[in-house]
Amino acid sequence: MPQVSMTVNGKSATGEVEGRTLLSTFLRENLNLTGTHIGCDTSQCGACTVHVDGKQVKSCTMLALEAEGAEIATIEGQAAEDGTLNAIQQAFQDHHGLQCGFCTPGMVMAAASLLKENPKPSEAEVRHHLEGNLCRCTGYHNIVKAIMAASGQDVSAIAAE
Amino acid sequence: MYEFEFVRPGSVAEAIKALGEDEAQPLSGGQTLIPTLKQRLAMPSKLVSLTGIAEMQGITASGDGVSVGGATCHADVAADGTIPALSALAGGIGDPAVRNRGTIGGSLANNDPAACYPAAALGLGATIKTNKREIAADDYFVGLFETALDEGEIVTAVTFPKPEAANYQKFEQPASRFALVGVFVAKTGGGVRVAVTGASEGGVFRWSAAEEALAKDFSASALDGMAPDADGMMSDLHGTAAYRAHLVGVLTRRAVAAC
Repeated sequence: MPQVSMTVNGKSATGEVEGRTLLSTFLRENLNLTGTHIGCDTSQCGACTVHVDGKQVKSCTMLALEAEGAEIATIEGQAAEDGTLNAIQQAFQDHHGLQCGFCTPGMVMAAASLLKENPKPSEAEVRHHLEGNLCRCTGYHNIVKAIMAASGQDVSAIAAE
Repeated sequence: MYEFEFVRPGSVAEAIKALGEDEAQPLSGGQTLIPTLKQRLAMPSKLVSLTGIAEMQGITASGDGVSVGGATCHADVAADGTIPALSALAGGIGDPAVRNRGTIGGSLANNDPAACYPAAALGLGATIKTNKREIAADDYFVGLFETALDEGEIVTAVTFPKPEAANYQKFEQPASRFALVGVFVAKTGGGVRVAVTGASEGGVFRWSAAEEALAKDFSASALDGMAPDADGMMSDLHGTAAYRAHLVGVLTRRAVAAC
């Protein structure tokens, strides 16, 4: 079987995969990084969102072998070594940006990618950016609020619906 | 997915050689092909990735237009801005993750009847460059998921001439973000072009009646009451043929007004 090598959350990772092995499968089954969730497996829900060379992609819609040599960031690499949550994760907790939590890894990775490009997004820009991330329980309001708060903006005027 | 062999060549020549084998298929951004493979609707013996080919990447602007490498992703075209209407169209495809993987060459080779890029290529009168020839957009789109490309021929670049003014209006199918109807209007030195995607059973097409009316009077009111014939329009649970035909008129008027 072919070998694939990449850097995942700053550590080098190598494994044997099939041609058809998805990046999400490699992360979850070879590396045991099960924080990357498989929600729909049809490329629609975004729960499997990771960063490949700094860009958000759906890891269930990319072959592991396509990531040869790439820098991958997953949800496991977002908090500090001692477990301290990063600003986005903390804001999701503070603003009740999750209920069941299944979509949350993808939401956090999508939010990180948005705030890197656009540090102070408007509410409409946040909503537009989340078009590829589905949540079936929060109704999005608190997710949007958490991301706005993580960007350092005052969210007291945004209603918690 | 069925099993397949995966290769990632570094040049167009190597890719073409790898594609010469039976049941080999090119893989660009994979945002359509990978979901298709997951459903076992295709069974290639080998996938030839086009994303490791440096000569197919990137955007080159010149005085009279822009050339986009076949394996350039939508996000890069969206960020470019040489032709604002083209960049706006690319920035509206799918969602951010899809735009970071999906490529212009993949979209044009697939020729989905509801894809956005075919409307830009036909509307701007682009030239599709392949590993063996150059094809004018007017000769390229043949039908539903059908193009002038031969087996094993790949889109290496797409050249768009700069229009005097252009605009793309898309009525989104809200679940998929594909165009329920999309209309690209361009005012060029050679005349007015109106390309419509998402509507016809034959894929992207030029609405010539609108082009003629706009050539005489480039204003939204020149199209008052006009819509293409509903015969041959797609009809599905998202909209009837008559609804789509009506939308073509509405979106064309909006595009002209926004030019």
